[in-house]
Amino acid sequence: MKGRTISPGKAEGEAIVTSEPIGFYGGIDINTGIVIDKGHPLEGKSVTDKILVFPCGKGSTVGSYVIYGLKKNGVAPAGIINKETETIVATGVILAGIPCIDKIEIEKIKDGDKIFLDADKGVVEIK
Amino acid sequence: MHLTNEQEKILDGEKGEVMERLFRLLFRLGEIYRADSMIPVGSVQVAGVSYKSIGNPGMEFLEDMASKGAIVKVLTYLNPAGMDLENWKKLGFPEDFAKNQLRIMDAFKKMGIVITSTCTPYLAGNLPRFREHIAWSESSAVSFSNSVIGARTNREGGPSALAAAICGVTPNYGLHLWENRQPSVKIKVEVDLKYNSDFGALGWYVGKQVKNKIPYFTGIKDANTDQLKALGAAMAASGAVALYHVKGLTPEADNVKKEGLETISVGKSEIKGTYAKLNTGNTPDIVIFGCPHASLREISTLADKLEGKHLKKPVWICTSRMIKEAAERMGYNEIIAKAGGSIVADTCMVVSPIEKMGYKTTGVNSGKAANYLPGFCKQEVCFANIDDLVEGQL
Repeated sequence: MKGRTISPGKAEGEAIVTSEPIGFYGGIDINTGIVIDKGHPLEGKSVTDKILVFPCGKGSTVGSYVIYGLKKNGVAPAGIINKETETIVATGVILAGIPCIDKIEIEKIKDGDKIFLDADKGVVEIK
Repeated sequence: MHLTNEQEKILDGEKGEVMERLFRLLFRLGEIYRADSMIPVGSVQVAGVSYKSIGNPGMEFLEDMASKGAIVKVLTYLNPAGMDLENWKKLGFPEDFAKNQLRIMDAFKKMGIVITSTCTPYLAGNLPRFREHIAWSESSAVSFSNSVIGARTNREGGPSALAAAICGVTPNYGLHLWENRQPSVKIKVEVDLKYNSDFGALGWYVGKQVKNKIPYFTGIKDANTDQLKALGAAMAASGAVALYHVKGLTPEADNVKKEGLETISVGKSEIKGTYAKLNTGNTPDIVIFGCPHASLREISTLADKLEGKHLKKPVWICTSRMIKEAAERMGYNEIIAKAGGSIVADTCMVVSPIEKMGYKTTGVNSGKAANYLPGFCKQEVCFANIDDLVEGQL
């Protein structure tokens, strides 16, 4: 599938998929990479080294620093795939250097799929 | 995107490493979102201030910028910090937390940022005008400035707002353009809203439904700026609503295109259901007002309700330093302190480490606070109106 480059780079990993938006601030623990948003379908799961797939960001604009912090703490996702990346997530992934693309039909990606993400070219491959 | 010669030079590194790095972030955002050019901003509001929110990575990032000589070009305000910057010891904020928070404040000050930590900059001396381009980041302040004032800003991330402050420009896309400020869903309000918490409940419900759309409200007969502040804050927390219009009340409502929109009705049962959903606790250990930061009117109302009363459990009222000063002069702070309550400035319940201060259940009248407290402060929440909350602490 072909999308739009938000932040360049290449990443490979297992997909962790949700159809719910993610708010990084208050939604993911900056030290552990575990989803802490109460009632979120991914609550309790780790995003570390995964290809995190979600429709769009939500909530606080501090989310950019959380994404940057996840990377600095070594618990960030390997890559991010969105339906529509908004500014908060875009700023975070650019600053952190996490490969990210959007404009992808994320419904076609299943939890646990092995994903190759080439964000330089804006391409996602499901292996 | 069209760049001026001057801007090309920044990208070539002629203006130094910090400018290049921050301008490159703005440039890349502009390319992604197809901005035609950079536009000057009138003011900036930077989020990502509390040590609790940004941790060591954020602190080091800011100190790095400050040490390399980054200086803001326009009036720049800050979001709430993780503690009352003057009164933190007395209120029981942990010492090690305070040390790091003060390091962050120093870094901001070095960059020329006004050290007023508030999510309501528009009540504290940073007031944009109608149609002014700004780069603000706190989600409720973004909503208020776009919707109630009619200024124009995207939801900036903390770092992109900082970049706009230091470069003095932001990419021209999204909500800076009139065609993108048109509503995408109609909300028919079929219930009378009395308390500010009713507006919070409405906002929370609508934000969940519409996610990042632009709602056009009908059926809200009257609302003051405190109530619109509560409405917008809740929508920005449960969803990503950065702009809303209210028929008859907000400045762009008359001129936007509202034909043929999908309609969502909100009645008594939806509001009641939202109160029930946001209530995860039984009895509050502490009640905290002022999310977003309390206005002088909200503090005066609370002073009236607390006059001559004796609180058995703590009540905090969070506000900006400037409003606290005005409340002090009016004697409100004294009335509240005599009853056993505290005015807390510069911070709020969401960004302060209340879970480390022995509190397990927090009472709030804010839809935004009710949204964040469970995840971020590990709190059970009692979401109720001001009268019930005050009554419960007596």
